[in-house]
Amino acid sequence: MSKYLETAALLAATCLISAPALAGDFGLGRPALPEEIAAWNLDVRPDGTGLPAGSGDVATGEAIFAERCASCHGDFAEGVGNWPKLAGGEGTLADPDPVKTVGSYWPYLSTTWDYINRSMPFGDAQSLEADEVYAITAYILYSNYLVDDDFVLSNETFGDVQMPNADGFIIDDRAETEYPKFTGEPCMQDCKDEVEITMRARVLDVTPQTEEDAATAEPVEEAAEAVVQEVAEAAPAPDPELVAQGEKVFRKCKACHQVGEKAKNRVGPHLNGIVGRAAGSVEGFRYSTPLLERAEQGLVWTPEELTAFLASPKKYLKGTKMSFNGLRKDADLEAINAYLSTFTE
Amino acid sequence: MTESSSPKPTTRRAFLRGAAAAGVGAAATSAAAATPDPLITEVQPWAQGFGDPVDETPYGLPIRFESDVIRRNVEWLTADTISSINFTPIHALDGTITPQGCAFERHHSGAIELAKEDYRLMINGLVDTPLVFTYADLERFPRENHVYFCECAANSGMEWAGAQLNGAQFTHGMIHNMEYTGVPLRTLLQEVGYQTAGKWVYVEGADASSNGRSIPMEKALDDVLVAFKANGEALRKEHGYPVRLVVPGWEGNMWIKWLRRIEVSDAPVESREETSKYTDVLEDGTARKWTWAMDAKSVITSPSPQSPITHGPGPLVISGLAWSGRGAITRVDVSTDGGKSWQIARLAKPGEKMALSRFYLDIDWDGSEMLLQARAMDDTGYVQPTKNQLREVRGLNSIYHNNGIQTWWVRTTGEAENVEVS
Repeated sequence: MSKYLETAALLAATCLISAPALAGDFGLGRPALPEEIAAWNLDVRPDGTGLPAGSGDVATGEAIFAERCASCHGDFAEGVGNWPKLAGGEGTLADPDPVKTVGSYWPYLSTTWDYINRSMPFGDAQSLEADEVYAITAYILYSNYLVDDDFVLSNETFGDVQMPNADGFIIDDRAETEYPKFTGEPCMQDCKDEVEITMRARVLDVTPQTEEDAATAEPVEEAAEAVVQEVAEAAPAPDPELVAQGEKVFRKCKACHQVGEKAKNRVGPHLNGIVGRAAGSVEGFRYSTPLLERAEQGLVWTPEELTAFLASPKKYLKGTKMSFNGLRKDADLEAINAYLSTFTE
Repeated sequence: MTESSSPKPTTRRAFLRGAAAAGVGAAATSAAAATPDPLITEVQPWAQGFGDPVDETPYGLPIRFESDVIRRNVEWLTADTISSINFTPIHALDGTITPQGCAFERHHSGAIELAKEDYRLMINGLVDTPLVFTYADLERFPRENHVYFCECAANSGMEWAGAQLNGAQFTHGMIHNMEYTGVPLRTLLQEVGYQTAGKWVYVEGADASSNGRSIPMEKALDDVLVAFKANGEALRKEHGYPVRLVVPGWEGNMWIKWLRRIEVSDAPVESREETSKYTDVLEDGTARKWTWAMDAKSVITSPSPQSPITHGPGPLVISGLAWSGRGAITRVDVSTDGGKSWQIARLAKPGEKMALSRFYLDIDWDGSEMLLQARAMDDTGYVQPTKNQLREVRGLNSIYHNNGIQTWWVRTTGEAENVEVS
């Protein structure tokens, strides 16, 4: 919660009195400046303390959500794959598999605003303006049927929103409900008549296999790798420094795209062999309609096309699912091309 | 290459291959040798030529034969590996200290690189003077050394509804235990002059997830450490280099990595990590919050599914770990018959507060099936409950704080499997 003015006043006052008293016993550290406190002191409390002035409506929120959030959370905040569902689930908390969303579970609206403001979008945190955060929050409330479509969330209307599960929490009561039960001298002999196995992990078979097991199961892989190696060697090798640079740039892409031996489709398709690949050709990935249209027209991801796309995805391909703003620097574009070219199919 | 130079089998299939070769099941561990052992009678290369010179590896890694002793993750658990968790290979470790290189990782927005020179720690809020400390400043405060375990609240969480993952690494590996060097948070709070109206501190990391938690002032002034070394060396990047918070006995999510800000306040923030996550849904749909302490728990690390018995009947060392977030381990019992009867195991040394204890039970295994269990007790008198006892109180929908008794079904072949028993 920003107590900017108050802190500034306090600081000014204390500075006047005497400098050594500022630093306590050890005299280490230096006073934080008001601007510094304002930059980091962003958390928002349930009563709204810490909210900046601003506002946003549901319709604006829907548009921003589609662009910045929907690739993981779904157009209607319903969640894509394993990514968090933000809407729905009302009345399921006592069911066998409760669906815990902003609407069904989160007790305070401040948490949603605060989390979006400081931690979202995933991979591009702290890039949203306060009004955008208000708008996205309004849209999430709307997706949970908690407000109407004409609702405007602002620092002033914030307190009007009632969260359905606000009273759904109790403070840790293990000291009363569990500890007395689980305390005392335990049984050592003849503690039960019979013991039967009621469940086995192996029946489910969801334990990850080691590389050794995988190698035993699929000896074919080695041969395939050898072929890949040959192809890779035939092409002129890119500059290793550029590749290393590209690997760093790729951190921006990693949240959604995978490359390398075990690469799979995630939010975006895997990118093995992307350089020179026909657009929209990764099996099992659901591309956007505009991309499929371009693919049908014969788009191939040559370094030139990739560069144009990555420089400004939304300009290059209106309606793309890729919620990435683009790489500004030519050096980054060159590096990412070099890096991606090292991953063959 | 001789048999002894291959890495030890870690999976069921590999185990079966190894078992067939070694003739497991045939008792006779002290049988007389039929022919002289060439490892003894023939001069081996390592006994004749040179090994590596010094400086071959200025910072050493484990020898290649141990290359399977690594952190592993469970891919289906999370949407990607940026916000995810992996598991300590506890089935292959002994003693109590976890080497940093294989200590589990949990990130919400990836492990960031933050240089000491770029490090700043701000303490603000209800304080006389909000201060900013550099890394060099922190090194000038009196420091302490303590060994503590760090356990993710979700450790064993996948087992709430029943036996699911086949290996101690996966069922209990969201834990590590290190010796930390750092400055008591109390010292820093005194330095800024915390005000009596300050009942809470909100602690926050520097990474893009802005992971933050509210901690009651009482705990903050008690034993919380602002740590910069673990096991004698700098923290690893994945554990919060250069500075992390150590919150003894409390859930790992509160051990803020890349600690950048501490705010003294009169109320908790109720951040995402303390409302939507790290809260425990009970049977009727209400949820517990502020369940910070990790209750007493134990697990047998060997034998276990990834660490089967490969030597046949005879002397067998049953070994495991026990810990409590509310004090020191005072006793661990082991059952070989699924909880019908128990024996008191041997603690390698007296239990220490909020640190892992190693226990052993040395038996003469007759080669018959076992249902192995361990049961920990701490100095509050608490006895680790069964999973069913926990379910009776909490229902099936809690994810966090599953400290129920684990059962391994050891077969006559020495293989082990994660099971639940009546």
